[in-house]
Amino acid sequence: MMQTLTQHLALLRTALQRIFASKLAGLLNILVMGIAISLPAGMYVLLQNVQGLVAQLSGTPQISLFLAMSAKANDVDDLNKQLAQHPAIARAEFVARAQALEQLKQSTGLADVIGGLNQNPLPDAFIVYPKQGDAQSLDALRNELAKLPVVEQAQLDSAWAYKLEALLKFGRIAVLILACLLSLALIAVTFNTIRLQILTQRDEIEVSKLIGATNSFIRRPFLYFGAAQGLLGGIAAWLIVTASLLLLNGQLETLSQLYASQFILRPLSAGDSLSLLLFSIYLGWLGAWLSVARHLSQIEPR
Amino acid sequence: MITFNQVNKRYPGGYEALKGVSFNITEGEMAFLTGHSGAGKSTLLKLIAAIERPNSGSVLVNNQNVGALKSGALPYLRRNIGIIFQDHKLLFDRNVFDNVLLPLQICGFDHRESGKRVRAALDKVGLLKREKSNPIALSGGEQQRLCIARAIVNRPSILLADEPTGNLDADYAREIMAIFKSFHQVGATLLISTHDEIVLQDTGVRVLALKNGELQTPSTATAPESSGQA
Repeated sequence: MMQTLTQHLALLRTALQRIFASKLAGLLNILVMGIAISLPAGMYVLLQNVQGLVAQLSGTPQISLFLAMSAKANDVDDLNKQLAQHPAIARAEFVARAQALEQLKQSTGLADVIGGLNQNPLPDAFIVYPKQGDAQSLDALRNELAKLPVVEQAQLDSAWAYKLEALLKFGRIAVLILACLLSLALIAVTFNTIRLQILTQRDEIEVSKLIGATNSFIRRPFLYFGAAQGLLGGIAAWLIVTASLLLLNGQLETLSQLYASQFILRPLSAGDSLSLLLFSIYLGWLGAWLSVARHLSQIEPR
Repeated sequence: MITFNQVNKRYPGGYEALKGVSFNITEGEMAFLTGHSGAGKSTLLKLIAAIERPNSGSVLVNNQNVGALKSGALPYLRRNIGIIFQDHKLLFDRNVFDNVLLPLQICGFDHRESGKRVRAALDKVGLLKREKSNPIALSGGEQQRLCIARAIVNRPSILLADEPTGNLDADYAREIMAIFKSFHQVGATLLISTHDEIVLQDTGVRVLALKNGELQTPSTATAPESSGQA
């Protein structure tokens, strides 16, 4: 067990030595892989952040019902009873026009402006909390409530959140496509590097075969090379993504201060970072495996 | 140990390298393989190590039909055969020590044990002091001896040598033959291809003579083949 462990460590060391045998070429390869991985990974991080923001902002969906200015007190009572009995509504809250005006004064600091008004421009309103939160049933409920006689306007407050979510779904598919394409590019890069490696080590491979090396013995250092290069590419990608987020956060801080809100981009989570590294190791290994399978059989001792 | 049975080998293109070759080398025997260049000496050695496969007939090594071995089994056959190549096939990207180490790495030997073995093999061929050198810095004779060290480090039971004294002067050739003799004495089976007169003066060693791909001497004969050649 110890013996095989030291053997594998020795192979890994040789692989790293070979990657940096020519420093510039090795670094360029790693940089190419790092950039290729960082693009989808970076987009993924941004999407995750926007998604978190949407969930935070939309909260529980509400429908605001604005009543006609002509609505009388008994109309309001009728509507209140109707809403309370509606099967799709959890509860409804009445906001009288005077109360709404008071709230507006307090929360916006526009007391002077509002105080200068001759009459209250706000209508009576109900805030309706539906039982179900999915976009379809909310839409149906909103349409139904809009048709009630005293209701002037029914507004789905979280409509924008649903639109954004649909947009996010679109974004996620875009990330997926990008990730697939760049994964292929990564495999191609490794494939080619390993092909060159095999060519330069042709003599060693031939002699090894003559001396009695099994195919798996010959394959192993190349697979290690691919996996190690993938790992380094993954680390480079992680560094690129993390550094970019730090830069962006510096700017976001000023921006969020202006909007009086707290918003910073979260970096890749530990789990996501691990997945990123494992995936890039796998891609490097796969590229190496394909290349070795393709090229080793062509080298037969004569 | 090595048995050829009516072996024919034809290369793509129609060239017939071996025609109906039959012989048997017993365990622990040492034999020479002679013949003009192109007579099929190298081909015969390659058939034993399954580098080439016969078109008809059978090649048995250790009672295994080499021509019928699956490619997955070839490495294990070759680990039991030490080959000294005509063109040495040394690796110039590593030093003398690492060249000899390669067969042990392939077999998965323990690190410390293989160091000892490599030095023992280098000592046997007189290259112990050159272990750090690059093979390219060695003379022709030294390269030949390095190739021998690599072939024997794994202690194979069969040694094949293709023209091991080909480009060497008489003293070097004698030296190298002495090394082979010492392996013969510890029980290895040796087949050495050569057309070197000095080597063939050695009486008491069986000679297999090839001519145009056919075996000339009856496989029981034991003598320098100078008279048979006329």
